Amino acid sequence: MKTEVNNAKGYWRATLRLTVSLLIIWFIVSFGAGILFRDMLDQFSIGGAPLGFWFAQNGSIYVFLILIVVYCIQMTKLEKKYGIKG
Amino acid sequence: MDQSIWTYIFVAVTFGLYIGIAIWAKAGSTQEFYVAGHDVPPVINGMATAADWMSAASFLSMAGLIAFLGYGGSVYLMGWTGGYVLLALLLAPFLREFGKFTVPDFVGDRYYSKTARVIAVICALFVSFTYIAGQMKGVGVAFSGFLGVPFNVGVFIGSGIVFIYAVLGGMKGITYTQVAQYVVLIFAYTVPAIFISLIITNNPIPQLGFIGRAAGTDVSMLTKLNNVVTDLGFTEYTSTTKSKMDVFCITAALMFGTAGLPHVIIRFFTVPSAKAARQSAGYALMFIALLYTVAPAVGAFARLNFIDSVNEATYIADGEDYVARATAITAGGGKPVPLWYKDWEKTGLLQYQDLNGDGIMQYRGPNAPDDLENEVEPNRDIFVLANPQIAQLPGWVVGLVVAGGLAAALSTAAGLLMVISSAISHDLMKRTFRPHMSEKDEMRIARLSAAIAVIAAGFIGAYASQLPFVAQVVAFAFGLAAASLFPVIFLGIFWKRVNKEGAIAAMLTGLITTFAYIYYFKFGSGTEAQWLFGVSPEGIGFVFMWLALIIGVCTSLMTPAPPQEVQDLVEDIRIPGQRAARSLTPAE
Repeated sequence: MKTEVNNAKGYWRATLRLTVSLLIIWFIVSFGAGILFRDMLDQFSIGGAPLGFWFAQNGSIYVFLILIVVYCIQMTKLEKKYGIKG
Repeated sequence: MDQSIWTYIFVAVTFGLYIGIAIWAKAGSTQEFYVAGHDVPPVINGMATAADWMSAASFLSMAGLIAFLGYGGSVYLMGWTGGYVLLALLLAPFLREFGKFTVPDFVGDRYYSKTARVIAVICALFVSFTYIAGQMKGVGVAFSGFLGVPFNVGVFIGSGIVFIYAVLGGMKGITYTQVAQYVVLIFAYTVPAIFISLIITNNPIPQLGFIGRAAGTDVSMLTKLNNVVTDLGFTEYTSTTKSKMDVFCITAALMFGTAGLPHVIIRFFTVPSAKAARQSAGYALMFIALLYTVAPAVGAFARLNFIDSVNEATYIADGEDYVARATAITAGGGKPVPLWYKDWEKTGLLQYQDLNGDGIMQYRGPNAPDDLENEVEPNRDIFVLANPQIAQLPGWVVGLVVAGGLAAALSTAAGLLMVISSAISHDLMKRTFRPHMSEKDEMRIARLSAAIAVIAAGFIGAYASQLPFVAQVVAFAFGLAAASLFPVIFLGIFWKRVNKEGAIAAMLTGLITTFAYIYYFKFGSGTEAQWLFGVSPEGIGFVFMWLALIIGVCTSLMTPAPPQEVQDLVEDIRIPGQRAARSLTPAE
């Protein structure tokens, strides 16, 4: 019983850590690269598009998708590690 | 074969398909009616969520909006996809673990209060009704523009179809029709986009054409577009006139609004587990991204192509023989107005006024260097609608685009209808006023309220269409979802200490402030100079969301902690499988 409680606590803490790190990336690619620092990034380009503009219209969407995929994989790992049966 | 015959065939076949699916997936219990029996596989739910989410606005208007706004259109692209990260990480798996039917269900149980439940019902109803009216209007536009059916009749045909499959099949019927609708709409969107991309950039993949070179030149497509639009006196395509602060807040309001929209959230109640909820958020975004990464390319191509073929063209009036005149103009070294322009002019989506009387169509922005006045007014929906003809695709592609637009509008309308019907039959009747009602009665009321809601939405769509505010109410839906529903759901999962008082205070704060602000600036006498922190009504939901969070936290800290069983509930929904394990014990 005791270890079960500890497992649940550990699992939740690890979940929060993962969530916060992924949300930081989420913020950086959209609000950061696409809006706040886009002028700076526009000095560079990807193909024929200014980089900041591209992040705002295409790049951020790809990163959002990757973030959710990473979250799913890591959460499955966490559930295995802490013996949580989803 | 004639183009309109193709359109009839596509619309009839797809409508028949939707009804067939509804009969096959008839709901037998409240569990099936509200949440499709909790057993929809993640991929299927992802696809259904994508169709649920992508409305007539995404399908018909977004690319055109981006074509006009350029970089400014990014708020929709980031806002309407970034919200899925919030859903996947912060809400969906936990709400699924909670395991009930509706959003007000969670608010009512988590905050052990009928008052909180009823306020959540009001928020959900308000958000969903504003949204559904817009969908019904989209159906009317598609019917009147392509099938020669009067606008109102179109709205009622659309309402009738949704009525059949939503009232009969409930969430189960809606889920499988939405899957079919997704397939129709994504096919209809990408096929013309591929051909346009080939014409403008020689690259069949629109996402690559977007960052590639303009066909026949060695400059990039975007550089060419920037040059073309600034030459005509428009803002540079990759820039915006909006302030950074405003772009930031609108994007954020759309993201948090997406995460707080009840018709999106309830889709995640239909999967078997928290794990499946996470996965299906990923699938949903994947299916949405297929359209959303193509849209900015379509927008840019369409703008370039529009200017290329329409600006400085010689106009041919309706009475004249088009072919003879066009040949004569070309022979004289001029450029005749394209045939597709003449076709679409009849719908009123394109307007030309020969202000300087030279018979040539001048398309100009507000800062035109040659001081000529703009003579051409295109409606933004024209870009997606006319794409197949601009790309000279066969007539059946036009029929496909119409069927796709209808699929987008109907799938979203059905999802919204579920929210309205379950909020009334489940949250108001069963859980608030008539707790001893039998399951059979609850089903009957659920079907009845879905029926009344679809009729009401049809009437709003049909008769509110003349009023200018239908497009503006979208700001309401997202702002209110972000400021009123998101904070209480988020706090309810991540902070055990938040209590009934805090939740009620937070919801009321978000609801009242956002409503008042949008109302004052959209329909009242507010002017841009009075904007709070320079934030437009579209973005204000994000500002008031923080206010609601702060008020919710402070009120909770000043009042007693929630009861132990509620705190246990919060602990349980954080750990997958915990609640299911606990409910096996008789104490629960």
